[in-house]
Amino acid sequence: MSSKEPDGKKPLQKLMDNPWLLLVLGIVIPTLSYTVWGWIELWLVPPAALP
Amino acid sequence: MSIYNPPEGWLQAPKGPERLWIGLALIWCIVMSLAMPYWHFYGKQNASGESYRVSAVDYGTRVRQFVEANTVGEASGIPIVEIPPGGDGYLLARMWSFYPVIKMKMGQTYRLHISSMDLQHGFSLQPLNMNFQVLPGYDHVLTITPTSTGVFPIICNEFCGIGHHMMTGRIIVE
Amino acid sequence: MASAVESLPILGNHPTDQVRACDTTTLPVCLTAQKFIKLHAVAAVVFLLIGGIAALTLGLTRWPAVHLLDAQWYYRLLTLHGLNMLIFWILNFEIAVLYFASTVLLNTRLASKSAAWVGLVMMTVGAIMVDAAIFGGKSDVLMTSYVPLKASPWFYLGIILVAVGTLVGVINYFATIYIAKRDQTYKGSVPLVVFGATAAAIIAVVTLLHGAVVMIPTLLWSMGIIENIDPAWYRITWWGLGHMSQQVNVCAMVSIWYLLGTLTVGSKPLNQAVCRGAFVLYILFINVASAHHLLVDPGTGSVWKIWNTSYAMYLAVLASMIHGFTVPASIEVAMRKKGFNRGLFGWLANAPWSNPGFSGFFLSLVIFGFGGGITGVTLGTQQINIMAHNTLRIPGHFHVTVVGGTTLAFMAITYYIVPLIFQKDFYAKALCRIQPYLFGGGITLMALGMSFAGSYGVPRRHWDIEFTGGLFATGFDAGAHVMLGIMGVGAVIAFLGLLLYCLLVVAAVFFGRPVEGKPMEAWNEEPRGQIDAEEVDEHKTPGTLVIVFVFLTAFAVYYFANWMWLSDLWEVR
Repeated sequence: MSSKEPDGKKPLQKLMDNPWLLLVLGIVIPTLSYTVWGWIELWLVPPAALP
Repeated sequence: MSIYNPPEGWLQAPKGPERLWIGLALIWCIVMSLAMPYWHFYGKQNASGESYRVSAVDYGTRVRQFVEANTVGEASGIPIVEIPPGGDGYLLARMWSFYPVIKMKMGQTYRLHISSMDLQHGFSLQPLNMNFQVLPGYDHVLTITPTSTGVFPIICNEFCGIGHHMMTGRIIVE
Repeated sequence: MASAVESLPILGNHPTDQVRACDTTTLPVCLTAQKFIKLHAVAAVVFLLIGGIAALTLGLTRWPAVHLLDAQWYYRLLTLHGLNMLIFWILNFEIAVLYFASTVLLNTRLASKSAAWVGLVMMTVGAIMVDAAIFGGKSDVLMTSYVPLKASPWFYLGIILVAVGTLVGVINYFATIYIAKRDQTYKGSVPLVVFGATAAAIIAVVTLLHGAVVMIPTLLWSMGIIENIDPAWYRITWWGLGHMSQQVNVCAMVSIWYLLGTLTVGSKPLNQAVCRGAFVLYILFINVASAHHLLVDPGTGSVWKIWNTSYAMYLAVLASMIHGFTVPASIEVAMRKKGFNRGLFGWLANAPWSNPGFSGFFLSLVIFGFGGGITGVTLGTQQINIMAHNTLRIPGHFHVTVVGGTTLAFMAITYYIVPLIFQKDFYAKALCRIQPYLFGGGITLMALGMSFAGSYGVPRRHWDIEFTGGLFATGFDAGAHVMLGIMGVGAVIAFLGLLLYCLLVVAAVFFGRPVEGKPMEAWNEEPRGQIDAEEVDEHKTPGTLVIVFVFLTAFAVYYFANWMWLSDLWEVR
């Protein structure tokens, strides 16, 4: 699958065996992709130019 | 066993039917991923979410001007207002009515603005079953082309208090 | 059930007298964890019953021929139903699952007893506060409490307490897996069920952080300290709480599927890497689908909507489709090894359908996949959502995910939790055996009625579809009324299944015969087939392949049919 690290574990297994790294990624990805990006979109809504 | 620690070396590539299914599922996911952008370019029904910030007072003023300039009749005590073809129409949602009655012509394209004076409301056009969210503070613009004629009820489908079920409106298409 | 070779010796890091060996599985049970599993499970069932009684009245109100409640009580009990079911029942049960998975399966003690108390008390006090605020009559705002609809401050404070209490429980889970690793109570990677529970816990953290970010300012606003909350900002952030919490349920449910597969027929995952990889996809991508609720909203643009509603190009859907294969495939292999190796579906026909742990689990899998999965992805397509948003199609979808899926899976595992953790015997086992069918059948019928009524345009959360008192006469096709009648019948059947569950559990837990010191009485006789088990190839699962092909076909038909219906609507952009 992928190259072996010195301790004999493959990188993918290292990720899966590390709940702390998964926790960080699991918080950061949705917060940036959904929440922060969504807030920025709202912040960029222009004022209505009603005639 | 899913309740015991897996033996060493569990990281294996999938084989046989499992591999086949993962491949098929991935293809299906890609098809669905492409469908939405495709429809934006080639489809006719999209919710682009065009919107502007607006205060309830300013929006109310604009609706009044629109009604004064374009009223063509009255239904249930509410003015029927015809949008000039290609022009901007303003629909106001409030507890518990849609104001005014909008009149359009089939095949013409209009910019229909919707906003709320008070709570969140739902713009639900029946019996077509086309639904859009109405928020106070946001002027939500639908660039809309009616493709059928008749009298179309609008109902509110976002909970807005005890009179929510009485909140109805009309769009007339000739 | 457990083979002797694989079972763990009781050593771990347990203080003396704080551990017992399970009489059935020989797994070590931390007694502190056991106490809190019991307390959270009991709290969960109490809230399930409250929410269930409310559900019956709602079903009977939306059934036009009955129309039971008046408008005010309809919206009040709808608020009560949503919060007690989606938040209080499910979160309490999930904390019980987390405490079980971390301590029992990792052979460790619970990290902190006092934190467990703090979490439990906060969750309970918060839930009672919310329910009292609702019955107090000043909080008829439905579960979503969309601003500027305003509830009493106690309502928001209660939700904050529940959220923070749950977060304390989740942190206790992480602390427990930390000390297990530190004390080397297990070797190698964690079991798959623990991995799935960790995925649920990670998603719960994101969920609860969003809850804090949205609910604290809303509380201050309801107290008059903050003047204004932007309704679009509220919707984005609130759905970080409201939708992501359903993804916690998905993860917890899938973990329980794997757990019940092992407990009922001794299945094992075909490929640990595939199952874990699917959970990783959940952790990374499932939460962005909170955008499902905002697809026809003003404020956000199409790129944001498409990217997020598609779970970053459907990677979380891929994960669900993988679980949808690996779970039945592992059952197929296990049953073929038991000797049911004839034909495509001999393994399925001979499965222990009289075991409520198995039938509940497998019905949950089918209802979630065929009902909830297909409708969820289709209705969450940006453009198709135009003809689904805020109609009954939406509750039609989520009652087969979170009720027919998650709640039914939780009910199924209860048939093992009560004998193994509470160490009590069930009464009326014949009724236990039919309960999953009653509940699963009722909820499926109800959801079908809802979905079809929603296709006619019938709105969700709506007291009177005759629009009595409205300015303009409006109504729905007779077909919609038939569908609402079907929904009502389904709701009554599902309620009976729920009531039966609550009665059976309460009778067993409080008045059941103790079964301490002896192995659990199996729900079914060990299935024994005829052919020598050695012949079974672990990578040959033809029956499951047929099932998933049928699934993919149904999915594609429903998906493209919806695009076709969409193309008949007025043009809009």
